[in-house]
Amino acid sequence: MSGYTPELKELIRKVEATRPARVEKARKGEHFPALTLEQRQEWLRKYHPDYKNDGRRKVLVGPNRGAELPEEIAALLESKSRIDPLAIDLKRTDYEADLLVIGAGGAGTAAALAAQEAGLKVLVSTKLRHGDSNTVMAEGGIQGATQEGDSPYLHYLDVIGGGHFSNVPELVAALTNDAPLIIHWLEGLGMMFDKMPDGRMKVRHGGGTCRKRMHSSGDMTGAEIMRVVRDEARNRSGDIKILEFSPAVELILDEEGRAAGAVLYNLETKEYYVARARAVLIATGGFGRLHIQGFPTTNHYGATADGCVMAYRAGVRLQDMDSTQYHPTGAIFPEQNVGLLITEKVRGLGAQILNAEGEQFCFPLEPRDVESACIIRECLDIGKGVATPTGRSGVWLDSPMIDMLHGEGTVRKELPAKYIQFKRYDMDISKSPMLIYPTLHYQNGGILINEWAETGVKGLYSAGEVAGGVHGRNRLMGNSLLDVLVFGRRAGLRAAEYAKSNRPGVKLTLRHVEAFNREVEEAGIDGARTAPILLPDYSPDHVRARQVG
Amino acid sequence: MSEDKKPLKPLATGDRTIPPEGAKMIPIYIMGREYMVPETLTIMKAVEYAGYTYIRGCGCRGGICGACGTFYRFLGDYRLRSGLACQTVAGPNMVIMQLPFFPLNRPDYVLDEIKGNPHEELRRLYPEVFKCIGCGTCTRTCPMDIDVMDYIALMKRGDLKGAAHKSFDCVMCGLCASRCPAQITQFMAAMFVRRVYGKYILPRAGHLERRVSEVKGGKYEKALKGLAAMKQDEVKKLYVEREREPDLAEPGKWMPRDVTNL
Repeated sequence: MSGYTPELKELIRKVEATRPARVEKARKGEHFPALTLEQRQEWLRKYHPDYKNDGRRKVLVGPNRGAELPEEIAALLESKSRIDPLAIDLKRTDYEADLLVIGAGGAGTAAALAAQEAGLKVLVSTKLRHGDSNTVMAEGGIQGATQEGDSPYLHYLDVIGGGHFSNVPELVAALTNDAPLIIHWLEGLGMMFDKMPDGRMKVRHGGGTCRKRMHSSGDMTGAEIMRVVRDEARNRSGDIKILEFSPAVELILDEEGRAAGAVLYNLETKEYYVARARAVLIATGGFGRLHIQGFPTTNHYGATADGCVMAYRAGVRLQDMDSTQYHPTGAIFPEQNVGLLITEKVRGLGAQILNAEGEQFCFPLEPRDVESACIIRECLDIGKGVATPTGRSGVWLDSPMIDMLHGEGTVRKELPAKYIQFKRYDMDISKSPMLIYPTLHYQNGGILINEWAETGVKGLYSAGEVAGGVHGRNRLMGNSLLDVLVFGRRAGLRAAEYAKSNRPGVKLTLRHVEAFNREVEEAGIDGARTAPILLPDYSPDHVRARQVG
Repeated sequence: MSEDKKPLKPLATGDRTIPPEGAKMIPIYIMGREYMVPETLTIMKAVEYAGYTYIRGCGCRGGICGACGTFYRFLGDYRLRSGLACQTVAGPNMVIMQLPFFPLNRPDYVLDEIKGNPHEELRRLYPEVFKCIGCGTCTRTCPMDIDVMDYIALMKRGDLKGAAHKSFDCVMCGLCASRCPAQITQFMAAMFVRRVYGKYILPRAGHLERRVSEVKGGKYEKALKGLAAMKQDEVKKLYVEREREPDLAEPGKWMPRDVTNL
């Protein structure tokens, strides 16, 4: 534990002092009382960043004109196209496929596999590498009611209660009904689930669950899912073509306003290509890299809301874009790990959240937004946060309890990736607690879809984090890995039916982009930037000051 | 709350590096060119601080995607070192080269058709695995501290379970393959072995099989439709009344008091 400063070591002693009694209670199944539904609402209103009114304004253009959104998102939706639509020669097709999948994370890859099984030729265009996505970073698990004491009915209640009853019910029903099918599909693809010797799935609780239905693969569940589905897609490379470092920047429609392809951009040669398809799926993931309200993020480098921007210009409505999930446990120490996700599995295994005095102040498995609000309250209002050497404030996550509750070596075995990430900085999380604070984790809202991942534009589908409504205004752990696969596969299947039964459009058009650019100009938006932004810019001020050309 | 106890507001700086006042600056060499950067940054943040915008070589920024495999040396030290740029702290006089891409050998296969002898299939797909010379460079190179040479040895012996578990932490960055004198693409062979192990060697979940046939038979559709059509107050009531499965209950053994909705 020499990675800690002397001041922090001193405070860790307070945690150690209260630990034996806390472990004793946990063994008896006694825990800190959870908040009531009324208290949850009060805590959220007072302490959750979503409920703060500064930093929001009405968006001035597009299908959601008039909606109150965070500044970062409003500005993005009001930006102009990167391309001059008239300069793109739509008569020259560079790529052609039955289905164009935009984005190659979990949802895009699952859709590609499902569509290929239904007989389609699939083109997948993606901004970074195949698999670079938030899917790969999801750690703790994937939910599914597979055990005898559980059912999709109870899973449904957990999802919609966790979302404060703001979810779209039909989407929740689809999610929870298909969950066992998805777990089974993954098992058949050779995923290494955590199992008992007889093959029974090991399952755990997550925040807001009434049953233990979190299936896992170490603490690399998302990485394992991604590498398995990607490997399978590679085995089908005859039918599934992957274009890396080639993000889509605009959708292409046909003369009837149906989705008919996209303009792709080669990040390296800076060429634009025309990709033509009978159906299009947007699976571009979330917006973490917009750093809403300046929060650090757990998201991967490409999470810049490209899909929302493109769909919006094609006339697709977005929902709940003002709702952002702050994961309660982002690392804030050491500085190198800031923003790093500490999986909820740590709390699922029994680690408690403690203030600077080593005291519990909340039930450790509240729904994520409530848990985050509790931590923000403890640090900013109660004033019992722990200060780091770089001026951050947070609370303890008492991981050493895990070995005490489940046996020596459990941390190393169940949380191998986390263990290594702290060991690098000379901290053993099986012996000392971690310092955490909420971090921007997930885009709750997004493109409006129905239970078959269809959008308001014919032939256009959307699945995964870029789509909204499944989780309402708050998502529970283990339901995003499920979401990307359920709706990815549903989109692939439905797109296949559609592509086979509809004759493709004749004339391609970008007129919706011209019209949108005009609308931005007419709204008199000063200095509208161009989007999708594709890559975040982290260069420091002194460099930017010299980039004058 | 007294004034002196007022807590510090967390710094909200996204991922841009704002070095603290008086931070010590150190020289690093990005592909040979010198830049001064604040100490304690990861290689990735140091490269961005120097003014680079990544296209390749940057993915999750959290040590799990394998996009940022990096080789480096310190000036005056003959040893070639390796790590992930997002996880390795940049030190003074570090000479850095990231590996943005590495050509790999990955033969296609059909998982459903590998039933008989997966070890033989491994030999057919990756004959080079069996030509490992045991130099251990892969193990020394692995940024995830995986004993790569050991899992290759297990593969040669036919211990696919051992190889699957030993290679489990792999992020597929490709550093091992880039240094292998026997030209093995270790991490791709391991991917194949893990899937074979997951599908054919790990016992299948019987309870899952049963649940899948229930779902496919439409067992839950009516109940879910009912919930979706229900008034919010009624759903709230059902939500609040849920019984919570005890944390330490044994999977498959515990049953709730109310079994009507299972």
